Amino acid sequence: MTRGMKLLPLCGLLALCLLLAGCHGTAGRQALSIPETFDETRPIELTFWAKNDTNRTQVDIYEKAIADFQALYPSVTVNMRLYTDYGRIYNDVITNIATGTTPNVCITYPDHIATYLTGSNVVAELDSLMADPNYGLGGSRLKFDGPDREEIVDQFLSECRLDGRTCALPFMRSTEACYVNKTLVEALGFELPETLTWDFVWEVSEAAAEKDADGVFRANGQKVMIPFIYKSTDNMMIQMLKQKGAGYSAPGGEILIFNDETRALLLDIAEHVKKGAFSTFKISSYPANFLNAGQCVFAVDSTAGATWMGSDAPLSDIPADQFVAFETAVYPVPQFDPEHPQMISQGPSMCIFNKEDPQEVLASWLFMQYLLTNDVQIAYAGTEGYVPVTVKAQNDPAYQDYLSRAGEDTGAHYDVKIKASRLLLEHTADTFVTPVFNGSTSLRDAAGQMIENVTKSIRRKQTVDDAYIDKLYADMISLYRLNMNGGQEVSGSARADLGPLPKTAVILLAALAAAWVLIGLYVLKQAAARKKHRKIT
Amino acid sequence: MKKIMTLVLAVVMALSLFACASADDVTVMTHDEYVAAEMDTEVTVETYVQAHQSWWNDQITVYAQSEDGAYFFYNMACSQEDAEKLVPGTKIRVTGFKSEWSGEVEIVDATFEIIEDAEPWIAEATDVTGLLGTEELIDHQNEFVAFKGATVESYKYSKGDETVDTEAAFAYGWDASGAEGTDADLYFSVNVNGETYTFTVEYYLCNETTEVYEAVRSLNVGDVIDLEGFLYWYNGVNPHITAVAPAAE
Repeated sequence: MTRGMKLLPLCGLLALCLLLAGCHGTAGRQALSIPETFDETRPIELTFWAKNDTNRTQVDIYEKAIADFQALYPSVTVNMRLYTDYGRIYNDVITNIATGTTPNVCITYPDHIATYLTGSNVVAELDSLMADPNYGLGGSRLKFDGPDREEIVDQFLSECRLDGRTCALPFMRSTEACYVNKTLVEALGFELPETLTWDFVWEVSEAAAEKDADGVFRANGQKVMIPFIYKSTDNMMIQMLKQKGAGYSAPGGEILIFNDETRALLLDIAEHVKKGAFSTFKISSYPANFLNAGQCVFAVDSTAGATWMGSDAPLSDIPADQFVAFETAVYPVPQFDPEHPQMISQGPSMCIFNKEDPQEVLASWLFMQYLLTNDVQIAYAGTEGYVPVTVKAQNDPAYQDYLSRAGEDTGAHYDVKIKASRLLLEHTADTFVTPVFNGSTSLRDAAGQMIENVTKSIRRKQTVDDAYIDKLYADMISLYRLNMNGGQEVSGSARADLGPLPKTAVILLAALAAAWVLIGLYVLKQAAARKKHRKIT
Repeated sequence: MKKIMTLVLAVVMALSLFACASADDVTVMTHDEYVAAEMDTEVTVETYVQAHQSWWNDQITVYAQSEDGAYFFYNMACSQEDAEKLVPGTKIRVTGFKSEWSGEVEIVDATFEIIEDAEPWIAEATDVTGLLGTEELIDHQNEFVAFKGATVESYKYSKGDETVDTEAAFAYGWDASGAEGTDADLYFSVNVNGETYTFTVEYYLCNETTEVYEAVRSLNVGDVIDLEGFLYWYNGVNPHITAVAPAAE
């Protein structure tokens, strides 16, 4: 089992390399000129870098989509390279931009595209392609029934616009959900509210953290209980700040996260960690592993991880004999203001890389559009708690039928998965994304790392107070180079305070200073003695 | 005056030595002391590098062992220059926090120094074939171990109530969702004493350039093999295999 995403945090260094490559023109290409006709008389080979959630069914859907597309366009061959990690795709794209060997079509995150865009015309701008009457969205010469421009969910498409240009198309969308062991909540004497609030989650979690004299948790009768586990602490911090109306970043790249609201949130989280109420994926493991074993009450993870959640989860990493029977409720992430819920929008997007041959780019564009057809969208969305990115697919009778059959089985119609999809469908208007700029990936890493550090420090019996937060802010700015990224400024009260010197260093420095003072005194005394001697002689 | 200066400088030197000595004043634990230490406490151990995963982003994950027990250092702070010095056998002193992740007891947020003058030491593989399926196996967690006479089965994985049989001797990724040419771990199943166990070739430890990666890709169902690797844990035993060979007669 490969843990975490070890390739993701390379943004700063690689972005710098890319900027250099882009500035010197090695990666530069001419802007695309759309051919009037797609030439099907000569073979074209496309490379498609695809990401799956370690999910064989998703791989099968990609393979079928490629086969179906090739049947429509026999002159085009699509070679797929599979990834299970966005960070790895990002890393490989950066490497291949420098050598001019990018793929044609790539699944990616908008944050990453912002870095790709620092090269000259590396990524194909899609506005003119989308509007082309022949081959654009809903174009007259398409051999498949793709969506019109108006049939792509506006909210999702707008997430792919960078600096006023459409640089990607959404492929799937998800958000985060709080998967709740409803049975345990009720056993603890609580009733789940209509909207889950942070106060409620913390209150129940602290109740669930109580042990008896033998160290057994009263809530589940086991030796292990982590009442509240969060998978992506970067999302946790980003959503908390958004719900509070506090600063995170501005569209121009200004960094606002190091503010008093962040400080208050971190200090509050620290108090709950002290009571044993909270931990994270990085510290403890996958939320699903604890939830399914009856060792967790609130597990926050992506809706795209819904098939791992619950007593009857189709996918699991824990042995069958560790499963515990309970009822799973699926909620949006906890809120500060239940009347105005806010949650993150996430999920894969697709971009096209420019090539010398406009026909190759056009073929890429056709394939990318094909991935938005109802067959592909509905099939892929059904693999997890995703939703299709087109209203055309969302309104398709086949998709509506799928949604209506929640709970019919624990496979294709697994109820937790379909509830997770419904959650996003019902709350699409309540979703948001954070500004994308060159460096936004690093800021996201820092947002999560602050929660991780505070949580670890409390577990290690360290003091988390204002001085700790001051140092944490300074460490994050330095570690993620947040104040060194072209034009970005750090707002707030963060200072580069590295804390007091160690005692041993103070002793050493004092001793050296004393030695220099005494050497100085000795030299002065000798000089005075020589002067006196000269006078006498 | 000269006498006073001599005296003062001697005191300065003594203080400097004291300062340096204090900075180095740490208690190195035995393996038993490490096992007895509470979770989330700071620990310092001296041990020998046996292998490591690929260096990345100023971090490295190390499999280490001493004569009294083994350790796993997850994402230890390490420069690329220092990573090149962590060859098998190198003695290191590691300070970090004892932690547990899905059953794997490890040291995290660690820093290390190389003990330059130490003789290198490399562990012999301990045969734990007979301990598979027993509670004693976890006593060897993280050690370099051997499994003898295992029979390769077709790789199967669970999907809900269904068991999917890949009908192949190995899979890229636990559910065959990976592919050749990516960073996919290899998963394969072996039968030992009538029970099936799943073993892994962890890509970041042994990638496609290694003999073991190629050896596993060449396995056939029914092959009888001997294996070596590190006794990693993920919700149960999940050895990271480093060598596969036809079973010795």
